[in-house]
Amino acid sequence: MLAAAPLKATCLNAVHRAMSAKMVDFGGWDMPVQYASLVEEHQAVRKSVGVFDVSHMGEIDIAGPEALQLTDFVTTNAAARLKTGQIQYAGLLYEHGGFVDDVLVHKVAGDHYFLCVNASNQEKDFDHIRAQNRFDAEVGLVSDNYAQLAIQGPNARATLQKLTTVDLAPIRYYWFVDGAVSGTPARIARTGYTGEDGFEIYIDPAEGARLWHEILGAGKEFGIRPCGLGARNTLRLEAKMALYGHEIHASITPWEADLGWIVKLDKGDFLGRAALDKQKEQGLHRKLIGFEMCGRGIGRDGYEVLVDGAPAGWVTSGSPSPTLNKNIGLCYLPLAQATVGRAIEVVVRSQPVAAVTVETPFYKRAK
Amino acid sequence: MYPENYRYTKEHEWVHVEGDTGTIGITDHAQHELGDIVYVDFKYGRDTLKPGQQVDQGKSIGSVESVKAVSDIYSPVSGEIVEINQSLADAPEKLNADPHGEAWLVKMRLSHPEEIANLLSAADYQTYIGAEK
Repeated sequence: MLAAAPLKATCLNAVHRAMSAKMVDFGGWDMPVQYASLVEEHQAVRKSVGVFDVSHMGEIDIAGPEALQLTDFVTTNAAARLKTGQIQYAGLLYEHGGFVDDVLVHKVAGDHYFLCVNASNQEKDFDHIRAQNRFDAEVGLVSDNYAQLAIQGPNARATLQKLTTVDLAPIRYYWFVDGAVSGTPARIARTGYTGEDGFEIYIDPAEGARLWHEILGAGKEFGIRPCGLGARNTLRLEAKMALYGHEIHASITPWEADLGWIVKLDKGDFLGRAALDKQKEQGLHRKLIGFEMCGRGIGRDGYEVLVDGAPAGWVTSGSPSPTLNKNIGLCYLPLAQATVGRAIEVVVRSQPVAAVTVETPFYKRAK
Repeated sequence: MYPENYRYTKEHEWVHVEGDTGTIGITDHAQHELGDIVYVDFKYGRDTLKPGQQVDQGKSIGSVESVKAVSDIYSPVSGEIVEINQSLADAPEKLNADPHGEAWLVKMRLSHPEEIANLLSAADYQTYIGAEK
């Protein structure tokens, strides 16, 4: 018999355990799902500030004279349009148009791109990119060099600013600066997975625990909360941000996932392009759409969706929304039925429960 | 934390027996594992659980749903349902606040009191959840 692989741990594992976090196996990683209350952690991010350990996330460097050509070929967005210090959300696709992963592409220099990728996909992404590398570029899986902390919420900037001399105010959304936080080198990116303003910092894992405590200290006056992956999930769902393995996976294309905006068809050839062209020409069969439960029940991941009483699709993510006080979710429906305002049913433990398709995102922060 | 006069199951329910009546609930460990509880549903098979229903030890009498998960409630003993804590319908969060007290789930008239002997003492339950971590 095969023994189960031991769980991987971030540099903050002992810190989470000391804080009595509830730990779960998240894609092979031993991660905190919540500290005290998921809902309170969620509200802290919406109303003030929270900090997440997301050191499980992977990092891949693409460097060399043809780093741009390789990056542009393996991603769907227009890497060539990035300016140094700018970030792009993009798909990493198979030739058949399905997702290998979704990634953040950071342009560090003309010959250096830095990708932040999903934890459980990092080796797969690395192999995938290397297999496409017929360019003068080097691909490196450098996840072990980085811890990543996400400081998120309306008071994220005020919190982080106390710990760095880098002026954070001018860093625009989806831009980054290489500087220092509390004396240690840090890549400071204005990105996040919560629908709020905030920063994600990439640091030396040896400094992870110290910075975690520094950030909690700096945010104390704002009521900062350590936040687990539970709150991260409800926050991203309200903001309708895709989660690999749920909204997107190898059998889903960007068109279907309502992510057409990360595909730049005017940029020339890229991996998956022919399949995407073909699907666009032939028409989609299904599309992702948001829903709200009308009846009592929560439509959770994998539950069946009925239209006019017949099986039509499935839920990709579903949860109570702590911000809206409703039960929300995302589901795939046949294209003709994926329109807003349609009465549907979600099968909750063998019982069809009324729901309605709605506009997304469910939550958008005031600018 | 875990009352000495209650008995516990490995599925994280408790029963407090007084005479021929047992009060049933979920443990503090269970509410902590689930996190913020949003629904409590009482069902036996496909039917809504009602007073008068005969239930068997180990059978599901409903479910507790939190923001992130759903979990069945298994009856720790056999008997007839005499009362259901309807206040949890409007205030499921009581289960997070007072799972061993105010947020009891059902009261039953025990039909097989000898089943109690199969359940865990407070000390054994604490050892069990300690080992489970």
